[in-house]
Formats: sequence, C-alpha cells, structure tokens
Amino acid sequence: MTERLQSNDLDTPALLDTLSSELRNLLKNRNIENPVMIGIHTGGLWVAEELHKKLNIEQPLGALNITFYRDDFTRIGMHPQVQPSNLPFNIDDQHIILVDDVLHTGRTIRAALNEIFDYGRPASVMLAVLVERGCRELPVSADVAATQIKLEKNQHIKLNRNAASELFLSIEETAK
Amino acid sequence: MKRFDIQLDNDNQLRHFLTIEGLKKQMLLDILDNAENFSSVSSRQIKKVPLLRGKTIANLFFEASTRTRTTFELAAKRLSADVVNININTSATKKGESLLDMLHNLEAMQVDMFVVRHHSSGAAHFIAQHVAPHISVINAGDGSHAHPTQAMLDMFTIRRHKQDFTKLSVAIVGDIMHSRVARSQIHALNTLGVPEIRVIGPQTIIPNEAAHLGVHVYHDMQQGLQNVDVVIMLRLQRERMEGALLPSENEYFHMFGLTEEKLKLAKPDAIVMHPGPINRGVEIESSVADGPQSVILEQVTHGISIRMAVMSMALGRPSLTEGGQS
Repeated sequence: MTERLQSNDLDTPALLDTLSSELRNLLKNRNIENPVMIGIHTGGLWVAEELHKKLNIEQPLGALNITFYRDDFTRIGMHPQVQPSNLPFNIDDQHIILVDDVLHTGRTIRAALNEIFDYGRPASVMLAVLVERGCRELPVSADVAATQIKLEKNQHIKLNRNAASELFLSIEETAK
Repeated sequence: MKRFDIQLDNDNQLRHFLTIEGLKKQMLLDILDNAENFSSVSSRQIKKVPLLRGKTIANLFFEASTRTRTTFELAAKRLSADVVNININTSATKKGESLLDMLHNLEAMQVDMFVVRHHSSGAAHFIAQHVAPHISVINAGDGSHAHPTQAMLDMFTIRRHKQDFTKLSVAIVGDIMHSRVARSQIHALNTLGVPEIRVIGPQTIIPNEAAHLGVHVYHDMQQGLQNVDVVIMLRLQRERMEGALLPSENEYFHMFGLTEEKLKLAKPDAIVMHPGPINRGVEIESSVADGPQSVILEQVTHGISIRMAVMSMALGRPSLTEGGQS
C-alpha cells in the first residue's frame, strides 16, 4: 500500500496549467473553435474562471447552481446562500465545456446535464475537471482531468480560494 | 404546545406557513433569499425545475381568488409538483366534521401539501392541527387574520427596490380593519426591522389595537404620506363590512384615494404597491396604478417566486425523509 496522499502533494497552479493545455488539445482535435464554458457552483466555477481566461473564450462564462436538480434535495433541504444559475448565452447548438473541481460519484454531473437540457439543446457537452477521484456511482467520465488520485473513503478533497483569489486543493480526513 | 410552534418542525424548519407572527427574522430572510434564486427559473425558456417531482399539492379555496390561486398553481407546477385545484362552493360547504372528512379523503390520496384559503380567521391553523404528520399546510388567506405569502412577496418587492429594510418608512393606507394582508405586512415589516410603519385610514376601519402592533396611526393622508419610501394601498373590502363604516366611495376616494397629487408628498422615488384586485377610482387613481412609481404587476410576478420558496422549504425538510416527524 502506498502512502496516503497529503494536501501538499497537490500543486494546484500546475494542475490548472495542465488542465488548460489538455483542454486546448481536445478542442483542436475535435475542431471546436468557439465553445462556451459553464462552471458548476462553487468550486467548479472558480476553476472555470481560470480556464476561461487561459483559453481566451469569447462568450461570457456561464454558472450553474444545481440545487434544484439534486437527487438528495429532500435529504439536505434548501440552501439559500448559493447564487442562482446564470447562462448568459443561448445554448442551442453550442459546444459546451462543463467544468467542475472534483469528479467523485458523478451525481453532480447528472444534475448539471439535466439542468443544461432545460435551457436548450447543445451540440455537445464535454467535461473538464481538475481532479478525478474514484468511487463513481453513475456512468460518467471526464473528457479531461488534470490528475487522477486515489483517496481512502474517509479522505475528502476540497478546492479552496484564499483572499488573494488563489486556488488550492486540500485533503481532509474524518475519523473512520 | 405553544400556538406558534405549530409552524416549525423539531429541527426548527418551516413545516406549515400560517402566519408571519412568531417567525424569526432569519426565517423570513431565508424565504426571501430562496425566492431570489427561484425568480431566475421563471425567466427561462423552460420554466420548470424537478425539485418537487412526485409531490402532490391540493389547492383548497373556500373563497374566490384569481391571482393567489393561479400563482400558487404556477409555483407548484414550475417545481414539477402535481396540483389539484378544489374549489369549494362556500354555500354548499358544511362546517366542522365535513371539512375534516374531506381532508382525510385527500390524505388518503397521498396529498403532501394543502394550500388553504378560507373566509374564517384561523381556518388554516385548524387544518394544520388536524392533518397527518407528513403534510404541510400553507395559508393562502384566512378571514381577516393573515395572508403570509402575500406579505412575503411584498417584502420581496420592497427589498428589490429599497435593499435595506432598516432605513425605511412604509405607509399602509385604507381598510386596515378587514385586511389580513395589512396584518401580515405589519408583522413582516416589524420583524425585518423597518423603523417607521404608518397606517392611514378613517377611524372606523382602523382597529383599536393598531397602536399595539408597533405602528403610527394617521387619519389624514397629507400628514401620513410625508416622506415615506413605500406606499401600500389596500382594497376596500365591502364584502367583509357589516353596517355603515364608510361614507360613499366618492368621498372615500376624495379623502384616502391615492392620486398623483397626494403621491407627491411621499419621497420622489417612493414605490406604490397594491395586493390586488384594485378598485380604480376608489382607493387608487388609474394614472397612479399604471404610473412609473407603481410596482403592482411586479408584485404578481414575485408572488410565484415566493410561493416556490415556501413550498420547497416546507416539502424539502430533511426530517421528512429521516422519518423523524414533529
């Protein structure tokens, strides 16, 4: 068994660079010239803000709040503090880059896809995530991921943003 | 059990929404913030989210209503709930046992929420006391007692235009005595920290206890409207009046109707509100109701968002799925 992964094993700025260049390659391979980008609140939106700049995407960045589409709504209730979804473009026939911070069970992405299709019919949706960890519960996979990591069940990875707007990943452990 | 605890479950989450009275400021702010999020749904091409899929909501209207019933129905449908509208002809309805029998029949059809409008004050409370533990009751107006979703949509409209409640002066004009809307508005404005609440109207239709509600009473429009930020006009409710409380409608309009002239006494950026339906030329001049300071139709739009917020808060409580019921 290898050693458990720690927070300082993850170089977040380098991962953002990796994600950005892999995404650029993917768009080139698929001949997509004018994509739109949508970030999932809250961590996914932070990553999307960085990628949106790095890739010089023309259309404004979209933000998705999947609260109204969650499959566990009746278990967790309403959270009024999160900002609502805002897609400032028509999504019909667009190539969409959906961005999240961590791909884990796949349930968030299921909810996000449902919400996107309530706005229209995109030409395609691809998924870009900063971190891919195991434990998928749905047939969802990322088109690009800056890194794949293996975490124990009681380890949680989280994206944070400090006062200087710098992003950094941290790994926390809960008691077994 | 204390009377107002009936609205909350064991986790202090909103289970029934019967009155503003007794609810904490944070609860009202949560309703407003949730409604803010829901307002974006109504501007989408597909005005629907799957939040309450599989829930059934029964609208029980024992009293006529167009706006309230329609916006409750649209709110439920935009949350993907199934809605049944039951219009009860008041003359055919018997009181007491027959009402409870009807409720139990609806419960047997696995209804999750009752939205109740009734001509008797306390009707929604009565129903809330008798429903099965998993069912929520929303008061859509009971007699002259309370109309909490109307008050919250009014607070929502005020916040959209004026942001900070703690700097406002708000005037409510007209038939305070018979108005469940005014009662709920006063509780909400007080809870949200509005420092100056005025009620304006003829002595005969301002209840004696008004002064105890933390409001200033005026019997003269010229004085009462001075420098207010918000003017809320109320409908003259002839159907609830017994005996001769008022002079002619003409004379009422002359003294308490809102005209462009009288509106100039308020702040230049004051907004004009009315819960509807409006009686043009009785409590409000047409040019004011349709004028640039009027937000009357915005209120209607916001009613959908507020009702979506309240319905999802009541039906999305974690305790419902854990089986831990209040």
